[in-house]
Amino acid sequence: MFLFTEGGHSIPVVDPLGTAGVFSLMWLVIALPLAGAAVLLLGGRRTDSWGHYLGTAMPIGSFAISVYMLLDLLGRDETERSVSQHLWDWVSVGDFRVGMDLLVDPLTILFLLLITGVGSLIHVYSIGYMSHDPRRRRFFGYLNLFVAAMLMLVMSENYLGLFLGWEGVGLASYLLIGFWQHKPSAAAAAKKAFVINRVGDIGMSLAIAMFFVTFGSTSFTVISQGAGEAGDGALTAIGLLLLLGACGKSAQVPLQAWLLDAMEGPTPVSALIHAATMVTAGVYLITRSNFIFELAPHAQTAVVVVGTVTLLWGAVIGCAKDDIKKALAGSTMSQIGYMVLAAGLGVYGYAFAIFHLLTHGFFKANMFLGAGSVMHGMDDDVDMRHYGALRKAMPVTFATFAMGYLAIIGFPGFSGFWSKDHIIEAALVESPIAGVCALLGAGVTGFYMTRLMLMTFFGEKRWLKDVHPHESPSVMTVPLMVLAALSVLGGVLFIGHWIVDWLSPVVGEAPEHALPIPALALTAITVVVVAAGVAVAWLLFGRRPVPATMPIDVSPVIKAARADLYGDAINEGLVVQPGRVLTSGVVGFDHSGADGLVRGGASVVAGAGQGLRKLQNGFVRSYALSVLSGVLIVIVTLAVVNL
Amino acid sequence: MSVTFWILAIIMVPAALGVLLVRKAVHAALLLAVVMISLAILYLTLAGPFLFAVQIIVYTGAILMLFLFVLMLVGVDAADSAVETIRGQRVLAILGGLVLGVFLVVGLSQIALGAATGLDDANAAGNIQALANILFSRYVFAFEVTSALLITAAVGAMVLAHRERLVPKAGQAETAAQRVRDFAESGKHLGPLPSPGVYARHNAVDTPALLPDGTPEPTSVSAVLAARGTVRSAPALADDVDDVRRALAQIDGPDGGAASGVDTSSGTGHNTENPGADASATDSPTGAPR
Amino acid sequence: MNDVTPYILLSAILFTIGTVGVLVRRNAIVVFMCVELMLNASNLALVAFAYQHGDLEGQIAAFFVMVVAAAEVVVGLAIIMTIFRTRRSASVDDASLLKY
Repeated sequence: MFLFTEGGHSIPVVDPLGTAGVFSLMWLVIALPLAGAAVLLLGGRRTDSWGHYLGTAMPIGSFAISVYMLLDLLGRDETERSVSQHLWDWVSVGDFRVGMDLLVDPLTILFLLLITGVGSLIHVYSIGYMSHDPRRRRFFGYLNLFVAAMLMLVMSENYLGLFLGWEGVGLASYLLIGFWQHKPSAAAAAKKAFVINRVGDIGMSLAIAMFFVTFGSTSFTVISQGAGEAGDGALTAIGLLLLLGACGKSAQVPLQAWLLDAMEGPTPVSALIHAATMVTAGVYLITRSNFIFELAPHAQTAVVVVGTVTLLWGAVIGCAKDDIKKALAGSTMSQIGYMVLAAGLGVYGYAFAIFHLLTHGFFKANMFLGAGSVMHGMDDDVDMRHYGALRKAMPVTFATFAMGYLAIIGFPGFSGFWSKDHIIEAALVESPIAGVCALLGAGVTGFYMTRLMLMTFFGEKRWLKDVHPHESPSVMTVPLMVLAALSVLGGVLFIGHWIVDWLSPVVGEAPEHALPIPALALTAITVVVVAAGVAVAWLLFGRRPVPATMPIDVSPVIKAARADLYGDAINEGLVVQPGRVLTSGVVGFDHSGADGLVRGGASVVAGAGQGLRKLQNGFVRSYALSVLSGVLIVIVTLAVVNL
Repeated sequence: MSVTFWILAIIMVPAALGVLLVRKAVHAALLLAVVMISLAILYLTLAGPFLFAVQIIVYTGAILMLFLFVLMLVGVDAADSAVETIRGQRVLAILGGLVLGVFLVVGLSQIALGAATGLDDANAAGNIQALANILFSRYVFAFEVTSALLITAAVGAMVLAHRERLVPKAGQAETAAQRVRDFAESGKHLGPLPSPGVYARHNAVDTPALLPDGTPEPTSVSAVLAARGTVRSAPALADDVDDVRRALAQIDGPDGGAASGVDTSSGTGHNTENPGADASATDSPTGAPR
Repeated sequence: MNDVTPYILLSAILFTIGTVGVLVRRNAIVVFMCVELMLNASNLALVAFAYQHGDLEGQIAAFFVMVVAAAEVVVGLAIIMTIFRTRRSASVDDASLLKY
């Protein structure tokens, strides 16, 4: 079954089969990490000694089930790869029903593998990374909670369930960013992430409300089948609202400000939540809602604009940061911008968005964990100006990090090369401006990642006193090696356009489009641009020594980039201050107007009472005088009336 | 009858105003008695001999005497201060009183009552018999209730005036034991207090007894008199002592000088009672101030 | 004698004097005396009207007033004594704790 757009694209509708075989275990994928979180968080100190093993085992179990389901799906016919499971009726009010339904289809299964696979590796890594933290058990509880919520997000068959997972990952993100809550900066960062995400969540909840109103349901099946009949205005509104939600969760402009501060959390958190999985939820949302966006071209344009702006924005920020995690965070923002851009391109881009999402999940998790390994060896110092020449001290970390580096800049043959190249290609065809920006972004990516590599692993030693870099234990390096391998080999997914074909039952088949220049030439141009970025970085940071302290007299562009392109200032000026003014105005009106009316009435009565009670002065003669006054009034009145 | 009324009215109104104006409560009570007796006579002129008697006996005789009893209890000297404490009370009260009085007088004087019927017919069988007929027929129930009211009032007055004894009254044995205990603790004199006035020329209660060495004993006079300051002072006594000794010296002749020396020492001795007289007693024993 | 109007006027004057006395005097006993003065003034009016109408009911009423006054004086004076005992004062202004 297909919907048809004005452009003649066919959009597949969601039409899942019932469960059978291994798919009846679908719910276990979510239930296992959820149970792990419950045991670890409710079990308390009793579980301290073995909690991290349980916490690691749970996502591994989910991963095993996911692999089994993938194998089952691979053996099926293309039209039968969508399976749903009805667990129970969640909401049942009159005619309105929302089921706790799970859905596994080619799109979801990729996410399941990414979340549980990379998640498991990061769990293993965390055993080593958090070994000295007294609250490690709680950390694993939160991580499991996150994994369960993220799985709920991608497995739900309706938007309400998706929203449940959406908020769940928001909560887990908040808890984990602020995991070192004794640091005021971490607590503030957690709060900031939570608040900015709430802005996006307004979009999500309004979009869900629109679904209720427009379609009477939140189920993907019902909505995708009914989308053709809905009005353009409603679809555009829904699309823009969904985009707002996606912006909040995926740190896209204008809701990008929280991601850099979110690096206050432990590094495995940055790797799992703020690089590989949660921040890509926005891309998932847009891809999953393809039946909406395909019918709402204006919303799609907005998606492209947001993605393009963000990919440059994040790249510029990444160029100026000396904090290794923040540089990576800027890079993450930029790469997600690529994904959003791709998702905005419609059927031409969905598959590449997901492809880049997967490869990015691999190499960025790899690099974050590598950065964590470096920090582990450098006494938790994050300033790259204190690094230098670490390739000898940490050979494994260096090697794995280099794999991630080559992947992200798009070195031919590495995973990032395949995914990014196709996004640029699709963008050039569909929207030349966005395509040029994406090409430019690739060059900037090459620049800032090379800068990061050079400052960290090459050049002179700039280590602080008493810092003795050492290689991390194998429990941390083994996940690094696995992720490095995936970073290198991620491109195999594209062999024979496998991933495009695989996703086509969900996102639709892209018609052939003609490139203005030969694809090979475009690839060559991309490689040249990246090489130029790398060369510039080498000229600036490789040939001459890097100052150990941050230079002060720099150009305004660098200053702006160091200040996150004034993202916080913009928020402060555009939202916070007017909000404060409005709030204080409303509060002032409430106090002086509304309360004043009520309190004024009360105080008039009270004041009258205060005055009148003075009549009760305790002197019996005064009372007698008032009796006499009463008598006189009666007499005078009688006299006047009778006259 | 008219003459009686006017004479009495002229007596009564100033007397009533006196009740209002005099400062001493006992004077007010006496003026009130004047008003009440006058009223009794007015009752007589209004053909009410029974009420005349009741007014005299109950009101003037019983109630007003009760007032006087209470006045004695709370202090017959007690007088109101002339300063009004409640602001505006006096002015407003007088103003209100004037308005009330003017309205009543003006209003009542405009009523034409017509000729009075008089009680000659009603009192044909005697005023008391006629009242009794009404009282014990139509008002018998009210009369009985009145008795209940009176009993209640009597009981209430007793309850209000009654003071509960919280500790048993100390008997003779307890008092004696307390005296000995006081002697043991503070050395208070064990025996009875000395009696006042054991000096030949003054045996009044306000004169302290003299001890054998000629000094006065302060405990021999009532503490109340001492507080009022009406005790005869020691220098005054010394003067008396001096007179006696001089008289004795005239009789005895040469022994007087020795007696005079004793006198001087006693003079300084009793001045422990009155330090202010000490200096004058030493430089001129005979010239102590009176 | 034609009518009893002078008696009534006298009664009114006495009553007014009693009223003012209640309001201006502070010694509780004098205040009480002024109340008695007011009662007596009203008694005079009752007796006068009895004479005017040739009906003994007025005298009966005056009689009852006297009885009630007697009861009232007994209780009232007891109260004054109690107050005096605790406050060492017979001034009505001193018993003014029951106020705002």
